[in-house]
Amino acid sequence: MSHHIIDFKDVHFAYPDRTEALSGISFRITHGESVGIVGANGAGKSTLISHMNGYLMPAKGRIIIGDAQLDKTTRSDIRKKVGVVFQNPDDQLFMPTVFDDVSFGPLNLGLSEERVIERVNEALNTVGCYDLKDKPPHRLSLGQKRAVSIATVIAMQPDILVMDEPAANLDPKSRRQLINLLKEFKHSKIIASHDLDLILDVCERCIVIGAGKVRADGPAGEVLLNEKLMKENNLELPLSLQRR
Amino acid sequence: MLTFDKEYFNIGYLDTLSYKDTFMHRIDPRIKLLTSLAFILLVISFPKYEISKMIPFLVFPVVILSIGDIPLIFILKKLLIVSPFALFVGIFNPILDTAPMYSIYGVGISGGWVSYFSIIMKFILTISTALLLIATTSFPGICIALEKLFVPKILVVQLLFLYRYLFVLAEETMRIVRARNMRTFGRKGQGMRVFIQIAGTLFVRTVERSERIYHAMCSRGFDGRIRMMKNFKPGFIDIIFAVVTITVFVILRKYDIAKILGDLILQ
Amino acid sequence: MHMADALLSPAVGTTFWAGSLGIIAYCSKRLKNDINEKMVPLMGVLAAFIFAGQMINFTIPGTGSSGHIGGGMILAILLGPSAAFIAIASVLAIQSLFFADGGILALGCNIWNMGVYPCFVAYPLIYRTITRRDKTPGRIMIASMLSVIVALGLGSFSVVLQTLLSGRSELPFAAFAALMLPIHLAIAVGEGFITGGFVNYVRSVRPEIFDIVEGTGKLRESFSMKKVLISISLLVIITGGILSWFASTHPDGLEWSIEKIYGTAELPGHENGIVPKLKDIQEKTTILPDYDFAGKENRETAGTEKSWPAVNAGASVSGLLGSVMVIGLISIFGFVIRIFKRIRN
Repeated sequence: MSHHIIDFKDVHFAYPDRTEALSGISFRITHGESVGIVGANGAGKSTLISHMNGYLMPAKGRIIIGDAQLDKTTRSDIRKKVGVVFQNPDDQLFMPTVFDDVSFGPLNLGLSEERVIERVNEALNTVGCYDLKDKPPHRLSLGQKRAVSIATVIAMQPDILVMDEPAANLDPKSRRQLINLLKEFKHSKIIASHDLDLILDVCERCIVIGAGKVRADGPAGEVLLNEKLMKENNLELPLSLQRR
Repeated sequence: MLTFDKEYFNIGYLDTLSYKDTFMHRIDPRIKLLTSLAFILLVISFPKYEISKMIPFLVFPVVILSIGDIPLIFILKKLLIVSPFALFVGIFNPILDTAPMYSIYGVGISGGWVSYFSIIMKFILTISTALLLIATTSFPGICIALEKLFVPKILVVQLLFLYRYLFVLAEETMRIVRARNMRTFGRKGQGMRVFIQIAGTLFVRTVERSERIYHAMCSRGFDGRIRMMKNFKPGFIDIIFAVVTITVFVILRKYDIAKILGDLILQ
Repeated sequence: MHMADALLSPAVGTTFWAGSLGIIAYCSKRLKNDINEKMVPLMGVLAAFIFAGQMINFTIPGTGSSGHIGGGMILAILLGPSAAFIAIASVLAIQSLFFADGGILALGCNIWNMGVYPCFVAYPLIYRTITRRDKTPGRIMIASMLSVIVALGLGSFSVVLQTLLSGRSELPFAAFAALMLPIHLAIAVGEGFITGGFVNYVRSVRPEIFDIVEGTGKLRESFSMKKVLISISLLVIITGGILSWFASTHPDGLEWSIEKIYGTAELPGHENGIVPKLKDIQEKTTILPDYDFAGKENRETAGTEKSWPAVNAGASVSGLLGSVMVIGLISIFGFVIRIFKRIRN
C-alpha cells in the first residue's frame, strides 16, 4: 500500500487571463498522512486542489499520483484514486436525491447494482446519514449536505481523500461532528481550510502556501504555532492557542 | 414587492407536500401520470356546451386531495392566482354568443354563458389535477416515470438538473432581489437596466457554478452519461388503482350522472 | 402567452404534443451525437437560471406596471437551437406542474409555441444571419430585438390558431389575432431589449464566458441551414394549409366548433376508440331514452347557424339539480375520507 503518494514537482499554473495561480509548488505526501493546506484568500488552495485529480493540468512541472504521472490518459484512473470533496455542497450534490447522488460514482465505476447499494449504505452509515437516503438535497441542512458530500466521495473508496473547506459555515456542533468524523478516516487526507483549529485537530502535517508558492511545510503543531510565519501569510494563530 | 418570495415559497410548499407518505403518494408515479393524463384528455374532450356531465369528474381531484392529505385551501388559492388566460379568452363567449340555450324557470341562459361555464369547469378540473399530481408525486419520481415512458433521457436528465438547481438558484436570486428592493424607493431602481445587470451577474455566477458542478461530476467518474438506479415496478395496488380510476372515468364520460340524479328526484 | 388546457380540444392538444415530442426526439438525437460533456450540467443550470430570472419583476417603462421575462431567445443564443429547445421544454414542464401555467395537455402546445419559433426560426434565420459577420453591441441589439419580435409574434399567432382550431372560444379569428398580436408585439419589444441588453452586458463584463458557452455548443458549426429551411417551409405549408382551409370553410371565421372539426378532419385515436364503443353500449342499455347522441349532435351543429332549438325546460332543471347534488355528494365523500383518515391516525 505504499503507492498512495501525491508528488508535486515544481508545478506551475496560470489561468487564461494570465493570473499566475501556482508558481513552482513542490511537495510529497505519502501513504496515510493527513495534511492541512492553509493560506490566505487567493493563495492558490483551490487551484492546487483542482490539480489533484486532473481537473486542471499543470502548465509546467509534474504531478505523480500513486505510480502514474498525471496526464490526459491517466486522468480517469487517477480520479478513481483521489476523491475530492468540494467547498460548496450544492455543487457537489447534483442529483435529485441523496441515494442517487451517493450511487452516482459507484455506478460510473461499473459496479453491479447489489455492490452499489452496499457501497451507498456503507458510505451513508459512515457519515451517519443513512436516514436521509430518499431526501432531495435541497431539503437538507448545511451540516447534512456536507456529510452527504463526503459520503458521495467515500462511496467510491478512494485511496486519498481531498477536501476543500470542509467546515465552512457550519454551526459549532456540526463542525465538531465533522472533525470527529475526519479523525476516524484512515485514508490519506488533504484538507484545505481557513479553519486553523480544525487543521490542528485533524492533521499531523501542515503546508502553508502564499502567492502560489510553498511558504512552510512541517508538523502542524509547529507550523501553526509560528506566529511570525502566520502573520506574514495573512493568517493568525489558531484560536485555541491564542488564549494561552 | 414580495411576489418573488411568494412564488418561491409556493414551489417550495408544493415540493414539501410531494414528500408526504400517504396512499396517494405511494402509488407508482407512472400510474398517477397516466391516469391524470387520461383524466385531462377525457375532460377536454367534452364538447363546447357540456357542463353537467363534467361535474361528477370532480370526484377525482377530491379523492386525491383527501387521501393525499393536501390542504384544500392551498389548491383553491392556486386556482385563483393561476394564469387567467383561459378565463380571459373565454369571457368573450357570453358576449358573442347570445342565442338562448336553456331556460330555467323562465330565465334564459345563452349558449355563450353555457360554453363559458364549460371552460371554467374544464379549467378547474385540469389545473387542480395537474397540481395534485405534483403535490402527491415527488418530482424525481415523475422524471423516472417519464424516462420509463420513453421520454428521451437527455430531457429527463435536464429536468432533474433543473429541479435540483431551481431551489439553489431561486435562493440566490432571492437574496439579490431583496438587496435590490431594500435599496430602491418607489419605482426607481427597479427598471430594466438594473434588471439586466442583476440577470447578468446571476448568469455569470450560474456559469461558474456549472463549471464547478462539472468538476464535481468528473471527479466521480462522469463520462457523459448519467446513470441512475431505479427499482420500482407497479404492484398489485397500483394496477387496481389504474383499473378502477379509468373505469370510473369512462363511465362518467359516458353517462350523465348529474342528470340521472336530477331526473330521479324530479319524478 | 401560455395556452391553457381548458381552451383545447383533444385533437389539437395531442397533435401539438406529437409535434413537440418529435422535435424533442430530434434534438436529443442531435445532442447525443455531438454533445460536449460540459453541456449536461450547463443546460440544466441555465434553465434554472431562466426560471429564477422569470421570478424577478421589473418596471416596464411608461406603464408603471411590472413584468418579467420569458427568456426563450436568451437560451437559444446561449446554447444553440437543440440544447435550448430541450432546456425550454424543461422550463415549461416545470411551470406547468409547479405553477399550473397552462396545464399538462397544453404543455405540448406551449413547448411548440415558445420553443420552436425562437430556436428553429428566429435564431438561425435572424439572429445568426445578422451577427455572423461581426458581433457589435448594436448588431446584437437589433438581432435580438427582431428575433424576439418574430418568435413571440409567431408564438402568439399559434396560440390564436390553436384556440380557434379547438373551437372552445367564440372569438372570431380576426378579432382574436387583433387582440393578441399587438399585446405580444409590445411584450416582444421589451423582451428584445432585455435579451440584447443581457447578451451585451455579459459580453462586456465577462467576454470569456461566451467562449465557454459557445465552445460547449459546437453544434453551431455543424448546423445545417438546409434542414432548417426544409422544416420551416414544411411548417409554412402546414400552417398555410390549415389557414386556407379554415378561411374557405368559414369565410367570416365565426363559430368554429370542435364538432365541425370532428366531422371533417380525422378523429384523434382515443376518441375513435372510446366514443363509438360507448355509443354502442348506450344504445343497448337504454337507461337514458331521451338523451341520445343524434339529438345532441343536431343541437351542436345547429350552433354554427346561430339558431338554437328551444330546449325543454325540464331537462335543464334536472341537469342543474343533479349537478348540485353531485357536488354535494363529492364534498361529503371527501370529508368522509378525511375524517376516516383522522380516526385511523
